Amino acid sequence: MAAPIDLHEVSEREREARFRTRWRVKACGSTACISAGAGAVINAVEDMVEREDMQLEVQVIPTGCMGLCSAGPLMRMMRRGGQETDYQKVTPELSREIVRSHVINEEPLPEHQLDTGIPFFTSQERIVLANGGIINPDRIESYVAHGGYSALEKALTTMKPKAVIDEIRTAGIRGRGGAGYPVASKWSLLSAAAGDTKYVVANGDEGDPGAYMDRTIMEDDPHRLIEGIAIAAYATGASDAYIYVRAEYPRAIERLDRAIRVARRNRLLGRRILDTKFSLNVEIRIGAGAFVCGEETALMASIEGRRGTPRLRPPYPTDSGLWGHPTMINNVETLANIAPIINNGGEWFASIGTAKSTGTKVFALAGDITNTGLIEVPMGTPLRDIVEKIGGGVPDGGTFKAAQTGGPSGGCIPSKFLDTPVDYESLRELGSIMGSGGLIVMDDSQSMPDVAKFFMEFSMDESCGKCTPCRAGTVQMHNILQRIVDGHGTRGDLRDLEHLCTVVRDTSLCGLGQAAPNPVLSTLQYFRSEYEALLAKEVAHG
Amino acid sequence: MDRRPTVTVHFDGVEHEAFVGESVLECARRLGIPIPSLCFLEGISVWGGCRVCVVEVAEDHRLRPACATTCVADMEIKTETPRLRAYRKSVLELLFAEGNHVCAVCVSNGACELQDMAVQTGMDHVRYDPQSPKRQIDASHPKYVFDPNRCILCTRCVRVCDEIEGAHVWDISYRGESAHLITEMNKPWGESMSCTWCGKCVAVCPTGALSYQGRAVGEMEHDPAMIKRLALARNRHEWLYPEEAK
Amino acid sequence: MTRARIATAWLGGCSGCHMSFLDMDEWLFELAEVADVVYSPIADVKEFPQDVDVTFVEGALANEDNLREALHIRENSRLVVAFGDCAVSGNVTAMRNPLGDPIEIVKAVYVDAPDRDGQIPEKEGIVPPLLPRVLPVHKAIRVDAFLPGCPPPADRIQAALEALLEGALPPNRGEAIRWG
Repeated sequence: MAAPIDLHEVSEREREARFRTRWRVKACGSTACISAGAGAVINAVEDMVEREDMQLEVQVIPTGCMGLCSAGPLMRMMRRGGQETDYQKVTPELSREIVRSHVINEEPLPEHQLDTGIPFFTSQERIVLANGGIINPDRIESYVAHGGYSALEKALTTMKPKAVIDEIRTAGIRGRGGAGYPVASKWSLLSAAAGDTKYVVANGDEGDPGAYMDRTIMEDDPHRLIEGIAIAAYATGASDAYIYVRAEYPRAIERLDRAIRVARRNRLLGRRILDTKFSLNVEIRIGAGAFVCGEETALMASIEGRRGTPRLRPPYPTDSGLWGHPTMINNVETLANIAPIINNGGEWFASIGTAKSTGTKVFALAGDITNTGLIEVPMGTPLRDIVEKIGGGVPDGGTFKAAQTGGPSGGCIPSKFLDTPVDYESLRELGSIMGSGGLIVMDDSQSMPDVAKFFMEFSMDESCGKCTPCRAGTVQMHNILQRIVDGHGTRGDLRDLEHLCTVVRDTSLCGLGQAAPNPVLSTLQYFRSEYEALLAKEVAHG
Repeated sequence: MDRRPTVTVHFDGVEHEAFVGESVLECARRLGIPIPSLCFLEGISVWGGCRVCVVEVAEDHRLRPACATTCVADMEIKTETPRLRAYRKSVLELLFAEGNHVCAVCVSNGACELQDMAVQTGMDHVRYDPQSPKRQIDASHPKYVFDPNRCILCTRCVRVCDEIEGAHVWDISYRGESAHLITEMNKPWGESMSCTWCGKCVAVCPTGALSYQGRAVGEMEHDPAMIKRLALARNRHEWLYPEEAK
Repeated sequence: MTRARIATAWLGGCSGCHMSFLDMDEWLFELAEVADVVYSPIADVKEFPQDVDVTFVEGALANEDNLREALHIRENSRLVVAFGDCAVSGNVTAMRNPLGDPIEIVKAVYVDAPDRDGQIPEKEGIVPPLLPRVLPVHKAIRVDAFLPGCPPPADRIQAALEALLEGALPPNRGEAIRWG
């Protein structure tokens, strides 16, 4: 058996290498920037460095998401000694120009610069995304140099499993998948469950339209997730773990696969991790394109190789999960929070956010908003700060109308509630949910019945078909919404729609069906007049 | 006299004794309290999909399927409230709107659990738009016919074939409104190598979706209770009918 | 005492419900003592009259004539009863719905299948165009009571009429609402 990685030594070596060259070029290699052409930018800079013999002057580092996806591809010039300049909307030609200008002339190119002093960057607090734009996700050394795996080492060598759970309890972190169940309670349940075989599952089946928090974590900081899983397994006594990733995330799967192999080679996974008695096997399981597999019982069925349909709870997974063994399912973002909590302490984490919703939350900001991208803010940040400060408000002189959170299971929050703090309870009170972190801003050109119809169509397409209300009820609700949007709806239709909303919400088997009416209910609550304006003129006696 | 340990539960305000581990539906049936149900069948595993047997439990705003809810001490169960009546009726309407249920031309007319359940839940008409799906009948089997127009996806056939007969000919394919039953690997039933012609799927079908070949309107009678007899016989090792055993 | 004005109408159905109506046999004499049947396919009245107390509508809405008649009935009736499974649910009449656009079926039947120079029968004012989908009555007009059954047995029709003559709605619980 090979010796385990020496975290300290790797870290030192990596830090030295960092200052080997006078310049470092960090180019965002995350999916959003890649789709905007970042691949060609990275290649262009690497080619130029090689062709013009600049290797001793410049090193090129592809990184994870820098955040402001709407300005991508993003690139950062870093000079030894601290000076940093960021550039936006970089093309291959521009990237060469930027590098030459900095390295040869020591001159920045102001007209393409990205101002990192804007509130988009300054109002964020990045814990989960701390390594985004900084480390090279493909190199474990890069992660280790930024404190990676020190939390695992700390937990394994200095803490008892129960102490780890206590730290998580002190942190007060709640599940980031949407429901907000206290993480420590779940861990305690698995820890207390009987049996030698226990499983930890990372739920990376992120499916809300427009949401890509988990994808970014898995692609840009895969070792962070692995470290979180390892700590969770250690704390709960699990010996096997699965990362369930949707098939639509091939880059995440590729990077996680590589990260797992590298971690195993370095004795951060596998048998006797870091020469302790703790062993853990981690495997990836790939989804087959069903949204419902994000629901934990359907997810487990899918891992077991069965049809991905939910089953009734109880029994809860911590009592009877994968193949009947106790199993705990945590969201990817939840697990990405674990290493910082262990490193900095639960009290530090609890000091961020609100009393009941601690820490930060990552949101994928999308829709009618100036700065679209991935942001991370302390829990309890007013929605107004997210929309106006960080998001830069509605573009083109439009007016903010509503923000949609929680995707097809969430609701729309109208402008009169813009000052609501974003936390689990406040959002639920408004008829929406925190969800996994999709946040879609809509301006006043959006029709709310149309929005409701869009999400209903999503739920209808994604219903697994097991229970009647979800399978057939979503079809009927979609029919009625279609009729209303087309201007043929009647008052009776509206009555039937509202009744169906309650039937489907109260009688469906799993969260998908129970939450499917939420977009309709919340838009009916706040924008009822829009529905009524669309109703057809009543026919006599009709 | 049953000696199993019991817990106290309340059905609609009346105190009763439930056996430990017993489901709300089983307990209610034993006590003669009517709770409508469709996908539930004694003798095979619980599915919990039809949502007809929903009941209210204490202050929980979400309803619980009686078939899949275990009785616990001091449980307050309501089996009959205006809300439950309205919801059960809606679920029946959704089932009728979803398939092509034409009682007048159905082999099971007059002996159909779906029809009975519509009567029981007070469904005099369907408010929702008929989905009128186009579904192909499979009459390729020499002995049986499958008409998916009448299928309500209760999966009794799937479960009985898998759990009692051990053949697993039936399964569900696709999802949502496209979900439908398939035989074998989506081959015609008549070409199935695993079907043993035992007829248990036909016996348990609550509607006219599964029937014998050659039956005309109203001529089909199912025998779902057969599965309970089989399951009990298996558990108690009783291999003869009571009258034969004498 | 004013006599009740009762009507029955026959839309897209087989008239089996009306046969069942006649199956009330001698009770029809009792009915005749308290009510007038002011319009019915089994009475010789050409125009649907005004001011009808209750109309029993048999059959689904399959063509434009059915639809027009249903609207006319609604305008002139205080109460409308969906009479029989076709009126209540579409039933056999609606079995064409899964096949899609009816014009395709008509073509298959009249043009493609039987003879060399087949043509689609059409004559304005005589052959009404088919609706794209067959509708149960309550999808086009407000319906006050439902009397399912294929056909509804005579005793159920009688029970419905007795209730209506008493000023109540027909029974809508138990066997009174059994389909088929």
